[in-house]
Amino acid sequence: MENEIKQFTVSIYTENNIGLLNRISAIFQRRHINIESLNTSPSEIEGVSRFTIVVNITESQMKKIQGQIEKQVEVIKAYYHTEEEIIYQQSCIFKMKSNLLFDERQIQNIIKESNARIVTVNRDFFVIEKSGRKEEIDLLHRELSVFGIMQFTRSGRIAVTKDEMKISTMLLALEH
Amino acid sequence: MKETQTVQNNTKNTEATERISGSEAIIKCLLAEGVDILYGYPGGAIMPVYDELYKYQDKIHHVLTRHEQGATHSAQGYARISGKVGVCMATSGPGATNLITGIADAQIDSTPMVCITGQVGSHLLGSDAFQETDIVGISTPVTKWNCQVTKASQIPEAIAKAFYIARSGRPGPVLIDVTKDAQFEEFDFKYKKCKGVRSYKPVPDTDKNTLKAAAELINNAKKPLVVWGQGVILGKAEQEFKAVIEKAGIPSAWTILGASAIPTSHPLNVGMVGMHGNYAPNVLTNECDLLIAIGMRFDDRVTGNLETYAKQAKIIHFDIDPAEIDKNVKTDVAVLGDAKASLEALLPLLNANSHIEWHQKFKDLYNIEFEKVIKNDLHPTKEGLTMGEVLKEINIQTKGDAAIVSDVGQHQMIACRYAEFNKSKSNITSGGLGTMGFALPAAIGAKMAAPDREVIMIAGDGGYQMTIQELGTIFQQKVPVKIVVLNNEFLGMVRQWQQLFFDKRYASTEMTNPDFVAIAKGYSIEAKKVTERKDLKAAVKEMIDCEGPYFLEVRVEKEGNVFPMIPTGASVSDIRLD
Repeated sequence: MENEIKQFTVSIYTENNIGLLNRISAIFQRRHINIESLNTSPSEIEGVSRFTIVVNITESQMKKIQGQIEKQVEVIKAYYHTEEEIIYQQSCIFKMKSNLLFDERQIQNIIKESNARIVTVNRDFFVIEKSGRKEEIDLLHRELSVFGIMQFTRSGRIAVTKDEMKISTMLLALEH
Repeated sequence: MKETQTVQNNTKNTEATERISGSEAIIKCLLAEGVDILYGYPGGAIMPVYDELYKYQDKIHHVLTRHEQGATHSAQGYARISGKVGVCMATSGPGATNLITGIADAQIDSTPMVCITGQVGSHLLGSDAFQETDIVGISTPVTKWNCQVTKASQIPEAIAKAFYIARSGRPGPVLIDVTKDAQFEEFDFKYKKCKGVRSYKPVPDTDKNTLKAAAELINNAKKPLVVWGQGVILGKAEQEFKAVIEKAGIPSAWTILGASAIPTSHPLNVGMVGMHGNYAPNVLTNECDLLIAIGMRFDDRVTGNLETYAKQAKIIHFDIDPAEIDKNVKTDVAVLGDAKASLEALLPLLNANSHIEWHQKFKDLYNIEFEKVIKNDLHPTKEGLTMGEVLKEINIQTKGDAAIVSDVGQHQMIACRYAEFNKSKSNITSGGLGTMGFALPAAIGAKMAAPDREVIMIAGDGGYQMTIQELGTIFQQKVPVKIVVLNNEFLGMVRQWQQLFFDKRYASTEMTNPDFVAIAKGYSIEAKKVTERKDLKAAVKEMIDCEGPYFLEVRVEKEGNVFPMIPTGASVSDIRLD
C-alpha cells in the first residue's frame, strides 16, 4: 500500500519569512517530484502562513518528505492528507468574448448549471468565476472551450481537514 | 529609595544600547558568541566589516585563507576538533559562491558553522550589480538556515539566531548575507543571545516507552551489533555510549564519522562498517539479530544494497533528527532525542551481558581479513610502499594521540581503517560529501583550534592539489600542521574503480605531478620526499619532531587497491577481500 502512487494534500504551517517557499519547493525538486498545485496564504493563526501543496507520490515518499519539511527551522508543522480526509476547493476564471453571451444561448445554461458566476461583463468580454473541485472545473473548461476561451487560469488547491488540527495548542505550548 | 534606584540602574544596564555601525555590530555579535578565530577573504561588499576587524584585531583573529573554499574547510576543521561553531566570512558574488562546497560539506556532515557574506547595497539587489549573486537562493538547499539582512538593526537578532541554530540539535551550517548599506548604517546596538526559535525544536522529546522497548530488545538479543556514528561525538555522549556497550557487552562498529568516539583499542570496537570498512562488521550486519544504530543515518556507503541490508535483524535507531527515522532503513524501535540523555537513561534498563560466542565470530572474521588484507597493507613484503604502512608508522610514533585530517579517496579509506585514536574528535574527514581538497584547510582550522594536539593531514596527490594554495595560509599564520601526501600519481580511488569495473581504462586519472617538495619549500615549509621503505621511519620522526609545519611526500605503489570493498549495489555481506 505504501508504494502505490496517491494524491496527497500537504498542509504546512510556517513562519512568514522570505525564502521559505524556495526552501520548501527545493525539497520536492531535489527528489524529482512535480508539484501539482501550490498555494500560500495566511492561516487561522495571526502571523502564521499556510502552504497547501498537492503532489502525486507514494505514502512512503510522502512520510519522508513530511520529515524533511518539518526539519526546516521555520516550519512549525507539516501534515499530509488524502482526498477523503479533507474538504478542498480550487477556483478558476475564464475570459470570453461578450458576443457569445447573446449568440450562444447555452452558455448561460452552462454557467448556471455549473454554479459558476459572471464577475463582469463589458462590451468586448465577460469573465466567469468558478470554485469547486478540479473535476468540476475541468468539466466547465471542456464545455466552454468549444466556444473559444480568451484566457483561462486556475488557482492552487486550498483545503481544510475534516479532523481538528492542533496547531494553535501546539503554538501556545511552544511560546511557553 | 536607594534600593529602587539600584534596580532602575540595573534595568538600564541590561537594556543599554550604543550607537554603532552594522559592521561593528557584526564583530560585537561574534565576540558575544565567543568567537576568537574566523576564516575569510575580503572583497568589496564586505569591506566595512573588515575595516572593523582591523580595529578589533587584538580580540578576534582573522585568518586570511587563499580561497574562500579554504575558509569554509578551515572553519569545519576548527568545529570538528573543538565542538565549537566554526566561522567564515566572504564577500558577495564569487566570494560567496566559493563557500558553497564547504557549506554543502558541513550540511551533510552536520558541522556547526556560521558563514557571513557581504552583499551589494540593498538598492542594487536584483539589478545584476557588480559581484551580485543570489547567495541566499543558492545556499538554501545546503544550509540548515539562512537569511539576508538589509538593515543594521536586524543584525544582532540574525547572528544570535544563526549561532543558536548552527550549534543546537543536529548541527549544521548557517549563512547570513548582509547588504553593504546595512554594514554602514548606524543603529542602537544591543545583543541578546538566542534561547529558542518558536518553529524549531532542536531536540525531540524522548519517549520513555521507546527506551523500554529498546532495552527489552537489547536484553533479549543473542547477537546484537551496535553501529554508531558521529551523533555520539556531536552529542558529547562518548562516556554514556561506552558505558552502554560495556554493560551489555555488544560488539560495536563505527561509520567513518563516528571514528574515535571510543578508543580504537577498545575491546568492543570491531571496526568500520561500509564500502571499505572491516570484514567482520559488514558480514555480520547480515547475521546479527539486533542492529542498534546510534547517531548514524544509514548512508548508502554504509548499507550497500538496502534490499539485503540486515533483513534478519530487528532495528533500533537512536537519533536526534526525526527525519532520519525510517528514511533508509525501517526501524522497529526509534528512540528520538539527544544521544547523551537517551543512552544515560538506557543504561539502568540493560542487563549485563558478554555474548562471548558472538564476539568470537568477529575475531574469526578479523583473522581472515588480517591474512588477506591487513597483513599486506601494514607489513608488506613486496617492493613499493603501501599507504597502510605509512599510517602504521604514524600510529607508532604518535601513539594514537594525533588528530588525523584526511582528504578523500584511497588514502582516506586507509587512514580511517588504520589510524589509531585514543581521543574523541580525532578523525576529521569529509564523509558525506567526499570533498577532495578538504584536508589541507581543515587541518589548518583543527590545529588552530587545538594547538596542543598533533594534527596530521593525510591527502592524496589529487586532493592535495585542489587546495594546495592554502600552504600560503600555513606559511603566513605559521600553523604547525604536518602534511603527508601519499603520492601514487593517480586519482587512486577512481583508478581502482576503472580497474575493477571499467576494464582498466584509466581515463583521466593519471597525474603528472610537480615537485611537491620544492613547492612546500617555496612557502618555507620544511619538506622531504620518501620513496623507499627504509627511509620511512626516520622521515616520520623528523616530521613529528619538527616544531613548525612540515611536508612529507611518500611515493606509494602506483596501482595499490583498497580492500575490503563492497561494490556499489552489492550487499554488505558480499564484501570482497580481493
